[in-house]
Amino acid sequence: MSEMKLYEVFIRAKSGLNHRHVGSLHASDAEMALMNARDVYTRRKEGVSIWVVESCHITASNPEHEHEWFDPAEDKVYRHPTFYPLDKEVENM
Amino acid sequence: MYSQGLTDAKGGDEPAELLAEFQAKIDREEKIEPRDWMPEAYRKTLIRQMSQHAHSEIVGQLPEGNWVTRAPSLKRKMILLAKIQDEAGHGLYIYSATETLGVTRDQLNDELLTGKAKYSSIFNYPTLSWADIGAVGWLVDGAAIMNQVPLCRTSYGPYSRSMIRICKEESFHQRQGYEIMTVLARGSKEQKDMAQRALNRFWWPSLMMFGPSDKDSKHSEQSMKWKIKRFTNDELRQKFIDATVPQAEHLGLTVPDPELKWNEQTGHYDHGEIDWNEFVNVIKGNGPCNKERMQARIKAHEEGAWVREAAQQYHANKKSEAA
Repeated sequence: MSEMKLYEVFIRAKSGLNHRHVGSLHASDAEMALMNARDVYTRRKEGVSIWVVESCHITASNPEHEHEWFDPAEDKVYRHPTFYPLDKEVENM
Repeated sequence: MYSQGLTDAKGGDEPAELLAEFQAKIDREEKIEPRDWMPEAYRKTLIRQMSQHAHSEIVGQLPEGNWVTRAPSLKRKMILLAKIQDEAGHGLYIYSATETLGVTRDQLNDELLTGKAKYSSIFNYPTLSWADIGAVGWLVDGAAIMNQVPLCRTSYGPYSRSMIRICKEESFHQRQGYEIMTVLARGSKEQKDMAQRALNRFWWPSLMMFGPSDKDSKHSEQSMKWKIKRFTNDELRQKFIDATVPQAEHLGLTVPDPELKWNEQTGHYDHGEIDWNEFVNVIKGNGPCNKERMQARIKAHEEGAWVREAAQQYHANKKSEAA
């Protein structure tokens, strides 16, 4: 029997929230993945909506390159509000 | 399996029980998500409001871009660039959220470039001095935040989530603007005068950002019922005035409204009448910079065509290499 495909599972805990990655599972197609995800990941009503995406469709950044990949943001402290001191009288801005 | 946008739904003949259940859901403070059934008018209202909002973020880059090459120091220039980058990102978040309603990015883009869609009236004013960049951050972003904070609780999930992200990022915008004003207000007489003139120019247009007065606002009532909006235009405008006047006073600057007065009884500032003719005129396309802004957008879109084509070509080449 050929290997089943790997799917990543995303669940929305309640309306208004983002879908969040909860894990993965094997299935022969998307529809089966959805049913399996319901049975595996929402047995205690953990969600109101499920997304499944075949893992091979996810393009991920390389953890080994984490530093150089994200370092453009490292020296830009001025992107944060705390970079701009405010007088006490107007500090609630 | 399903279509993300229920584009076949028509307004008018929607089943009463669906409409009732929809309203009940809103009243229970449950969010509406893209796959949920929604009245066609709700969808249309959201597409209109969200796309206007996204367009405003994009066009809002232009008055700021005017000062990138002339910012008074490298630090100021880097800050301004970071802010403009944020505006582009904010436009992108809201465009993506709008696409969950079944419109395409191309459609939205077309509507902006053909003048069919509107964007905030404020961006049709010029930024004449460096102090205007301070005033834009302090007042324009201040007014935007006042409007956007309640939108974090708007009833449509994707819009709400994009607003939460935007508000988090936006908090630096207003503070950096106020800091520019602070430095100028405490500088030489010329600098203080420049700050005052910027306040004079941007005060009234900033108040207009909240839209028409409640008595003339044709969309307000239904949007409140659907909890797309949480406060009326006039309520938000009043909150903004109450928050901003003490900030101006703290800098020794004068708000250009002779009728502005603290009202002990109401606990709010009373203020003079807004020149609604000016507002309508700017919305209609006759503001100081409407034409310039649209030309700049169209030019950027046309001159960027080769980038989009190159990206497509790169993809095609890679595919044929792999084959």
